[in-house]
Amino acid sequence: MRVDVIMPQMGESIAEGTLTRWLKKVGDRVARDEPIFEISTDKVDAEIPAPAAGSLVEIQVGEGQTVAVNTIVAFIETEATAAASAPKPSAAGRSTAPAGAPSRAPEAPRPSGPAPAAATPATARPASPAAGPLPAATGEIPRAAQMAASGAGPEELRRVRSSPVVRRIAREHHVDIGRLQGTGIGGRVTKKDILTALERGGGAGAAAGAGGPGMGTTGTAAPAGPAVHRPAFALGDRTAVEPLSAMRKKIAEHMVLSRRTSAHVTTVFEVDMHRVMRLREEHRQAFESRHGIKLTPTAFFVKAAVEALKAFPVVNSSIEGDNVVYRKDIHVGVAVALDWGLIVPVIKNAGDRTLSGLAKAIVDLADRARGRKLQPDDVQGGTFTITNPGSYGALFGTPIISQPQVAIMGVGSIAKRVVVVDDAIAVHPTVHLSLSFDHRLIDGAVADQFMAHIKTALEEARFPEVL
Amino acid sequence: MHSCTAGWLGRIDFRDAMRLQGECARRLKDGTGGERVLLLEHPPVITLGRNARPEDVLIDPAVLLGRGIAVERCDRGGQVTYHGPGQLVGYPVLDLSPERRDVARYLRDLEEVLIRTLARFGIATGRVAGLTGVWVGGEKIASIGVHLSRWVTTHGFALNVATDLDAFSLIVPCGIRSRGLTSMERILGIAPPLEDVASVLLPEFARVFDRTILAGSVEVEIPRPGTDDALRVEAALRPKATSCPEAAGAVAGREAR
Repeated sequence: MRVDVIMPQMGESIAEGTLTRWLKKVGDRVARDEPIFEISTDKVDAEIPAPAAGSLVEIQVGEGQTVAVNTIVAFIETEATAAASAPKPSAAGRSTAPAGAPSRAPEAPRPSGPAPAAATPATARPASPAAGPLPAATGEIPRAAQMAASGAGPEELRRVRSSPVVRRIAREHHVDIGRLQGTGIGGRVTKKDILTALERGGGAGAAAGAGGPGMGTTGTAAPAGPAVHRPAFALGDRTAVEPLSAMRKKIAEHMVLSRRTSAHVTTVFEVDMHRVMRLREEHRQAFESRHGIKLTPTAFFVKAAVEALKAFPVVNSSIEGDNVVYRKDIHVGVAVALDWGLIVPVIKNAGDRTLSGLAKAIVDLADRARGRKLQPDDVQGGTFTITNPGSYGALFGTPIISQPQVAIMGVGSIAKRVVVVDDAIAVHPTVHLSLSFDHRLIDGAVADQFMAHIKTALEEARFPEVL
Repeated sequence: MHSCTAGWLGRIDFRDAMRLQGECARRLKDGTGGERVLLLEHPPVITLGRNARPEDVLIDPAVLLGRGIAVERCDRGGQVTYHGPGQLVGYPVLDLSPERRDVARYLRDLEEVLIRTLARFGIATGRVAGLTGVWVGGEKIASIGVHLSRWVTTHGFALNVATDLDAFSLIVPCGIRSRGLTSMERILGIAPPLEDVASVLLPEFARVFDRTILAGSVEVEIPRPGTDDALRVEAALRPKATSCPEAAGAVAGREAR
């Protein structure tokens, strides 16, 4: 018995295939399911098994030829004895089920004009027995009920209800039809709409933007493509053009990346530094002679922040996909301004260090940063960052988070300012501390409690082991 | 839901990797093994897929070999490509039957895994109609080429994390002359470790392919022709949650005005 060997259907959207190679020659014996030829479509190479055992008696399609799906490419003559049980060509893929079937949108009810009250299904909720239903509302009731049941608004139903070909393209390219602007009847998304969207890179944009279930991830809000490019200058303008330095470029990229990733919110606290400065004054001499370095206010800020991080571990975490990753160790990056830019060396295991230990680490890292002697490891692995917008007198800053961290504290300028102490006016050194935090993860209340923790530590000068 | 064993295998010679995935596919087909996702990197090698034109390798193979770059033919779909250190190569050995018997869908799904993975690193990527792969602007960041036998997949994808992009100038990648290549390193300014990218990729793979990924225990032994010793590959992929690029510390926050 002769069995047809056909070009198999390799997918719902694939209409043809190119036969690249015969693995068997005419006259060869083949076993059932033994590969007999290879086809290729786009980036796929596939071996096609024999539909039946027997011998290959005729080849209809040569190597390199492209033919439509289900075209007969060869015949196999099965053994006479096996004829009865010779299976039909198994046309791999014939049974392909519509892949996205379960996700198909619920069919919208036919808007066939306002249904007469009598025709309103008994299931319609408002069974107002006495007063006759308002005529205008009657038609709306079942529709609204159905919409409520399917959880979709009328607009969404209209959009998602597009032709099978559009749904197929959407499924294949992971595009959420509901997000596309439809130009068809009633705002339906047409084939042209979806192809245009894909051409514009909408596949990625839509996929990233629409985001699979629970995909609140980094970079998803990224613009799909660059907007219209406006050159910064026109020919003939008086300008000087210099390439960005490698460091500047990295900073630029990271700043934009971070803005795109985190939902930045900044909160600002004023802190009375009176007691800390007095404590520092008291221990200045002893500290210097014992440790050989100056006791700077920065050490107090870092220490206060470290203790607050211990109390609010979420501030010392990261978002990774759908998870919060709590860092068990506290590594604090401290921004150091340099003549040629800004670098943020990291105090490793800051959580285990004393005030003097932190002070030493800060001096060591800052010295090495200025001497260009930092190792790559010195600037990596930070879990929280402290920066100092106040070094030139700014009251406070709204820093950008260093990814993948979730918060950064800015230290404003320390200056003598008028404060109210016990209903009396006093002149105390104060500072404004700002915290930019990732509002995706950290609530405002938590951020403020974190900052209040720091404020209290500083105002009450809770540093038992200054030396 | 299927479960699928995945692992980071480190650097593996191209031929060894072919034998390895061939063995995995054979076992999957005859029911003695399960699905696998092999994640690895190759030493420098130029590979020719089924549709490759020899003229797309621009340098004499002997010269290439002298530079430590092997040239290999294989049964993957697609044309010529380059693999080398810094490139995350993934060979999913999956059975697409019965519910995923659609090669176009398989390609789109692989793209989806890569697009989502890159989104995790803040890189917005997309597709180009008619050009399988993952693109950033006009540049390709990941390539795809697969082989199917009875709906069991071999070969897969190659994602440029910190690939030496100059190596692609030795070939006409995928037969496309007019478009360039890029890498995560080029875009981010830093190169996340391959293992980190792998551990971000696997959960995305699990989601797109609706599989449970068992990380950490790929163990395969394959004979090495001509020698007595067998190649024994053991993968240990730490299920690592903290995998975002951290090197960004060097460029951290200055205030935004």
